[in-house]
Amino acid sequence: MNKVTQIEGKAVPVEGNDIDTDRIIPARYLKEITFTNMGNYPFYDERFDAEGKPKGHPFDLPQFQGAHLLFVNQNFGCGSSREHAPQSLMRWGVRAIIGESFAEIFAGNCTMLGIPTATVNHGEMMKLQTLVKEKPETKFMLDLEKKTLLSEGKEYLKFDIHESKRNALVNGTWDSTGLLLGNAGKTAEVAKKLPYVAGF
Amino acid sequence: MSKGTLYNKVWDSHVVDKLPTGQYQLFIGLHLIHEVTSPQAFDMIAEKGLKVAYPNRTFATVDHIVPTKSQARPFQDNEAELMMGAIEKNVKKFGVPFYDFNSGNQGIVHIIGPEMGLTQPGMTIACGDSHTSTHGAFGTLAFGIGTTQVRDVLATQCLAMDALKVRRINVNGKLKPGVTAKDVTLYIIQKLGVKGGIGYAYEYGGSVFDAMTMEERMTVCNMAIEGGARVGYVNPDQTTFDYLKGRKYSPTADKWDKAVAYWKSVASDKDAVFDDVVNFDAADIEPIVTWGITPDQSVGVNDKLPEVSRFSADEVKTVELAYKHMDLKPGQSIKGTPINVAFIGSCTNGRISDLREAAKVAKGRKVSKSVRAFVVPGSQQVKAQAEKEGLDKIFTEAGFEWRQAGCSMCLAMNPDKLQGREISASSSNRNFIGRQGSKDGRTMLMSPAMVAAAAIEGRVADVRELMKNL
Repeated sequence: MNKVTQIEGKAVPVEGNDIDTDRIIPARYLKEITFTNMGNYPFYDERFDAEGKPKGHPFDLPQFQGAHLLFVNQNFGCGSSREHAPQSLMRWGVRAIIGESFAEIFAGNCTMLGIPTATVNHGEMMKLQTLVKEKPETKFMLDLEKKTLLSEGKEYLKFDIHESKRNALVNGTWDSTGLLLGNAGKTAEVAKKLPYVAGF
Repeated sequence: MSKGTLYNKVWDSHVVDKLPTGQYQLFIGLHLIHEVTSPQAFDMIAEKGLKVAYPNRTFATVDHIVPTKSQARPFQDNEAELMMGAIEKNVKKFGVPFYDFNSGNQGIVHIIGPEMGLTQPGMTIACGDSHTSTHGAFGTLAFGIGTTQVRDVLATQCLAMDALKVRRINVNGKLKPGVTAKDVTLYIIQKLGVKGGIGYAYEYGGSVFDAMTMEERMTVCNMAIEGGARVGYVNPDQTTFDYLKGRKYSPTADKWDKAVAYWKSVASDKDAVFDDVVNFDAADIEPIVTWGITPDQSVGVNDKLPEVSRFSADEVKTVELAYKHMDLKPGQSIKGTPINVAFIGSCTNGRISDLREAAKVAKGRKVSKSVRAFVVPGSQQVKAQAEKEGLDKIFTEAGFEWRQAGCSMCLAMNPDKLQGREISASSSNRNFIGRQGSKDGRTMLMSPAMVAAAAIEGRVADVRELMKNL
C-alpha cells in the first residue's frame, strides 16, 4: 500500500459552500458498473452547455489543467454517499483537497482512495483561492507529516486533518481491507457476543 | 464527551479493535446492498479472491434504477439492464439473499429493511446509500457508506470508523394539525443548517418523538444526513417493539422477551451525557417548503422568502445561486408558486402512512390540468397494502399516476425525470441542482400531504386550508 505523505502540483479552485455530490457527478453517470470513465464527468452539468461546449468552469480553463490540488469552501461533498464523486475528481487528476469543511461520508470516501481532505479556516481559504486565481502557475506542496502547505517551496500555512485519516494516509493503511481482515478472529468473537447475531 | 447514550452503548458493543490509525474497527450487524453502489465492490473482492464474510447478515434489493412503469425485462435502458444483471450475478455468486421483483418484498432498501423486521434496535447497519440513517428510527447506528467501504463490509463485515459526538435534539410540546414528521425534520435542518451535524450523531427525543409512529420517526431520521449528521436515531420504546412484532425477520415468540430486554438495555440512560443539547418547541413548527438548492433553505408555507442580507457573508454566494436557479425572489411568498410536477414517494415519504395522508387530501379532488402528478410506493408491500385500502383508486381518480415501487424521481436514475426548467413539489429529501434528472430542473421539498395539495391547486398551497373542507 502506498504511503501518502507529500502531494505536489498546481491547484484548481472551485468556489461555493454546500457543493453536493449530485453537482460533482450527476446520478445518470452512476449507471456505469465500473469507475473507469468517471474522470470524464466531474461537475459535468456545470461545465458544459446543452451542446457539450465548455462554459468556462475552472476544470476546463487552460491554466488549471494538470492541477493535483483542489481548493474548496464549506461542507464540500454533502448529500449522496456516491463514491463516484471522489472517483471522478481523482480520475480527473485531483490528489488532495483543501477545504473549509467536508461532509462526513465524502471525506471518508476520499480517505479510502488515498486522497487527503485537509481543512483551513475561511480567511485562509479566501487567500488560497485568490492566490491560485491570480497566479495559477503557483506550485504547491501538501506535506501531511508536517501538516503544512508550501507554496513555491516556502511554508504558506498550517492545515488541519483528522488525525486518524492522516495516520492512515501517512502509514499507507488507507486501503483498510487488509487491516480489518487481520482481525477476523476478533470479529467473530464480537459477533458471537451480540445477542441479535446469536438469534437471542 | 458523551456517556451512557445509545450511541455509546451500541458503538462499544460493536468495537472489534482500535486500529493503528486511531480509527475503530466496528462490526456491522446488518449490511444492506442495492444495485448502484455494489457492482464495483463485488468486483474488488472477487479480484482479491475474497468471499462475502457474513452472507447471512447481508441482504440485497433493487431500487435506484428500476423503472416504475413497466418492469418487463430486459429494461428499455441498456445501462439499467446491465446494472440489474450485475447484481443478479453477484448475489448468486456470493450467496446473498436477494429481494427482487418476484419476491414480493422488493422496494427501496430503507423501506424494506424495517418492513421485514431486519432492522432491530441495538444494531449497527451499513448501506452504500446516505439515507441509511433512516434505520436509526429503531435505535440503531446506521451509516451511509461509499463503495470501497461496501467492499470492506462485504469482505470483513466491519468498517474502519471514527467516533462521533452526540447531539440530543429535543422537540417538546404538541404539533399543530397539518404539521407532519417531514415538517419536523425540515424545521430542524432549517434551524441547525446543512453543515450543523458534521461530526455528530443526532439523538432525537422529547414528547413529539415519543408520540410519533415508527414511520414518522423514519422520516425524521432519514433526513439526519441532510443536516450533515451521518447518523440519527430515536431511542427504542414500546412503539418500536409493537412495530417489530410478527415481522418476517423479527424474533419469534419464544425469543421475544429476551429480545425486548436487550432492546430496552441499549436506550440512552436517564442521566446520559451529551456533547450538545438543542431544544425546540413543537408549537413553532409550520408546514415547511424549501425554496432553494439545499434542504436548509426553507420557510413556513405562509412565510416570505428571506432577504439575502439576512445571511452571513460566506453564505451569500450559495443563496444568490439558489435564487437564480429557482427563479424566485427575496420577499415573495412561497405559497402560490406554480408547479409542473408532483412527486409522492422516496425513502423519506414512500410508506403506507405517507400515502394515506396524501390520499386524504386527494380524495374527491382533481389534479390541476397543468400538473403531471405521480405516486410511487416505496415497496411492493406498501403498494399491495395501499391497493387493499383502495388508495390507488383515490389517486388515479384524482388524476395521479399509480406506479411500481422504487426510488424514482427522488434521484431520477430511472426514466422518471423533470424536463428542462420544470419545477416540482416533491416528498423526497434533496433539492440539489439537477437532482431530479434535469440540470435546470427545480425542486421544492415538502410533506406528502402538502405535495398532494400542490398537485390539486397547481401551485404551492397550505394543506390546512384544503383540510378545512374535509
